[in-house]
Amino acid sequence: MADAVKLDAPKLKAKDFKSSQEVRWCPGCGDYAILAAVQSFLPELGLERENIAFVSGIGCSSRFPYYLNTYGLHSIHGRAPAIATGLAVSRPDLSVWVVTGDGDALSIGGNHLIHALRRNVNLKILLFNNRIYGLTKGQYSPTSEPGKLTKSSPVGSVDAPFNPLSLALGSEATFVARTLDSDRAHLHEVLRAAAEHEGSAFVEIYQNCPIFNDGAFEVLKNPDTRDESLIRLRDGEPIRFGDKVVVQSGYGLQVKDAAEVDESEVVVHKADVDDPAYAFALSRLSGVALDHTPIGVFRSVKRPTYDKGVRSQVDEASAGVDRKEALDRLLHAGDTWTVL
Amino acid sequence: MNTVRQLDRVVIRFAGDSGDGMQLTGDRFTAETAKLGNDLSTLPNYPAEIRAPAGTLPGVSSFQIHFADTDILTPGDQPEVLIAMNPAALKANLRDLKSGGTIVVNTDEFTKRNLTKVGYDDNPLEDGSLDDYQVHPVALASLTIAALADFDVSKKDAERSKNMFALGLVSWMYSRPTEATEDFLRAKFKSKPAIAEANIAALKAGWNYGETAEAFAVRFEIPPAKLAAGTYRNITGNTALAWGITASGVASGLPVFLGAYPITPASDILHELSKHKRFGVTTVQAEDEIAAVGAALGASYGGALGVTTSSGPGIALKSETISLAVSLELPLVVVDVQRAGPSTGMPTKTEQADLVMAMFGRHGEAPIAVLAPQSPSDCFDIMLEAARIALTYRTPVMVLSDGYIANGAEPWKLPELSDLPDLSVEFATEMNAVDAKGEEIFLPFQRDPETLARPWAVPGTPGLQHRIGGIEKADGTGDISYDPVNHDHMVRTRAAKIAGVEVPDLEVDDPTGDANVLVLGWGSTWGPIGAAVRALREKGVSIARAHLRYLNPMPRNTGRVLERYDKVVVPEMNLGQLALLLRGGFPGTDVVGYNKVRGLPFTSNELTDALEEVIKNG
Ligand SMILES: Cc1ncc(C[n+]2csc(CCOP(=O)(O)OP(=O)(O)O)c2C)c(N)n1
Ligand code: SF4
Ligand SMILES: [Mg+2]
Repeated sequence: MADAVKLDAPKLKAKDFKSSQEVRWCPGCGDYAILAAVQSFLPELGLERENIAFVSGIGCSSRFPYYLNTYGLHSIHGRAPAIATGLAVSRPDLSVWVVTGDGDALSIGGNHLIHALRRNVNLKILLFNNRIYGLTKGQYSPTSEPGKLTKSSPVGSVDAPFNPLSLALGSEATFVARTLDSDRAHLHEVLRAAAEHEGSAFVEIYQNCPIFNDGAFEVLKNPDTRDESLIRLRDGEPIRFGDKVVVQSGYGLQVKDAAEVDESEVVVHKADVDDPAYAFALSRLSGVALDHTPIGVFRSVKRPTYDKGVRSQVDEASAGVDRKEALDRLLHAGDTWTVL
Repeated sequence: MNTVRQLDRVVIRFAGDSGDGMQLTGDRFTAETAKLGNDLSTLPNYPAEIRAPAGTLPGVSSFQIHFADTDILTPGDQPEVLIAMNPAALKANLRDLKSGGTIVVNTDEFTKRNLTKVGYDDNPLEDGSLDDYQVHPVALASLTIAALADFDVSKKDAERSKNMFALGLVSWMYSRPTEATEDFLRAKFKSKPAIAEANIAALKAGWNYGETAEAFAVRFEIPPAKLAAGTYRNITGNTALAWGITASGVASGLPVFLGAYPITPASDILHELSKHKRFGVTTVQAEDEIAAVGAALGASYGGALGVTTSSGPGIALKSETISLAVSLELPLVVVDVQRAGPSTGMPTKTEQADLVMAMFGRHGEAPIAVLAPQSPSDCFDIMLEAARIALTYRTPVMVLSDGYIANGAEPWKLPELSDLPDLSVEFATEMNAVDAKGEEIFLPFQRDPETLARPWAVPGTPGLQHRIGGIEKADGTGDISYDPVNHDHMVRTRAAKIAGVEVPDLEVDDPTGDANVLVLGWGSTWGPIGAAVRALREKGVSIARAHLRYLNPMPRNTGRVLERYDKVVVPEMNLGQLALLLRGGFPGTDVVGYNKVRGLPFTSNELTDALEEVIKNG
């Protein structure tokens, strides 16, 4: 097994990453667009297909690995980050991706997600957030808005939702980004940044579920509203959208009319700010109504990865060791005696 | 001049406050005894609380050793000698002591206050309540402090060495050499030579006290046992398990990956394996047991030997992932060091009540192989067997140890490493079929006709990219399939694979050949059952015995063995779980359970009586 993911680009095309399995999401499901974007992005990794592994949990989104001609493991509900951690720790030669949903990652698998992020395991985690349980036919999820009417909340959900990016940042994530199923170019850009990041990369992808939660992200897509709602973060550039800008305010950030503030007050985005408070403040600009929603890379900082740390201890201790002889020595160490 | 008397066996228990160093004292006495060539068996008993208040009953820690000039099977039912470092230790252990037994007691701790703390109204050393015993009152602490008066250590440190004084005295009483303990102390306190020398001086002072104090008129010798030739060491079950896991990595040439979450009494396996990085062993302390088994399975998927270790509550959490491993058909070794349940139960106490969970505690038809070591040293061999089955059949294997085996110790004749089995595996590297168009393809669920194992094609293998998952797979291709006939076929095939696992035949020990009753055990009851069977045979009673190390699948000849006996007695530290399996699997058998769940191993005496009763009543 090689030491690191190799980057000598084989000339593969999007179609080389299509598997023979028939894709079975509902017509119009946002997952199709994400699949197409990932398939068209994967050649950029510069890896042979066999050196890529996709691990998923359970949910509509978690069917993803079946449709890619890479190694794939469709596991159990919520546990993909744990399983992928074992794979990533023991196989540094692989590029390991996790595909999960809002229920999979934030409900049943919440514990594994936060621990993978805090450890900074070299995993690329793609959370398809449709703000609903798709596969089980439409119950509210931990990202659904309060008051949501679903089969399991006929008079409205009283659950307060998670903000997935705030959660990831609170879990010490080193790379946090958000993108949209319908924006191929942006998805591509974010995937590239995630792939280049060494350590856990957490990417929330807003994904439309036309069957159980249609139009959940319409405000970010509709030409009439998107300019006032969608904030495109670009590293090194002042944060502006529509006729609005983002400025510092008190302990956090605030949206203001561009006309009201001096150019010098507009916050210039930097993803590598060490203090996570900045990225956290960015994540708080949008509420459940998605009023001011940044997309792009919120945070990207360097920190030693867990898998490398674990491996280097093992590699250092085991280099040049004759294991059979070492086992013999282990067995005979300490108090032994001989019976003739 | 003291008299020297020969004994063939003795059981000694060291008991004191958890701060008194009784485990260390016991360990050292064990090492000395092993060096002399006695066969031995030991059992520590830890307090349930980490730091119970000093001098209280919950704070008592003890260590029992049974040693003899013949081979022995248990740490002994009842101690004949009790070393009691304080009133709590006396009170907590006295009822176990054989009547007429010997008590060496540290009188310094028998103050009014300490006596009241444990509910003694009168001093038992003075009120005649110990008249049935031979009591040796020794002011262990003050004698130690006096002996160390000229040493450069604080009074507190001097007082702390009293366990070494006690060890020296008991070593003298039973004619054990102390040189190795002196070396041990020098190594242990390498950075504090003054402490090392003080401890050694205390050890010698204890020895000399025995020699000169008139109270000890007799000393004993226990000649060496006639054990098979070879090099021996003392080993606990948990250490043997960890070493067996390490050896499985060496024998297979695979990296070992342990995912674990701390839990009594399994944590020591994690601790031990964390020291074995030089063997290519990776340990991950996961966020919970679900993540631990998940990471192990992920590592197995990547071509490592994935192992996870826990105890009952943790195994319950792993259940869903073990079923996934059954469905994926990947190797996985799961160790359950059983403890008294349900729920938190009695974490430091032993039990065998997870057998049915190991067999059936999963959703769907999810059979796995189940193995159980019979003694501490057997843990090493059973792990190699677990790895063999997991790797050959691409299946999860459950190993059922328990608290008694985990912490108990016995001499272990070290294996020759040239005898280590060859557990090497062949990963799939090439296409294994041809499709309708005549093109070469890879079928991830095409089975080996002998073992029914599927190919293990690890990520990174060119051309064999495939997708697997928990959804039912079409036979051969592994594609998602909801076909009813296929599902039925896959369920039956997975079951047939486990039923077909090769395991050695059940050996029956029936020396007279005329026994009507068979005693059949599994796991850690092996020692007490063996001792009981021996006692019965010494009385001229005919009895046959067998012990199951393989619980799923059971040895092929199990049915034939059971058929030969009128009655099969099954002693278990549960309410009859193996008995349930036997009644289901071999309905013609007259199964008689002997069941106790007290958190304690069976004594050989109670088993002797119980077995005799069954034989008498025909
Ligand atoms: C242990 C377990 N509990 C419950 C389920 C049922 N289940 C399957 S998917 C799912 C929710 C999926 O929601 P999400 O993760 O948001 O994925 P989506 O289908 O929306 O992509 C549930 C509850 C299961 N498969 N396993
Ligand atoms: S239920 Fe929703 S998320 Fe699931 S496949 Fe259909 S559209 Fe997509
Ligand atoms: Mg969802």
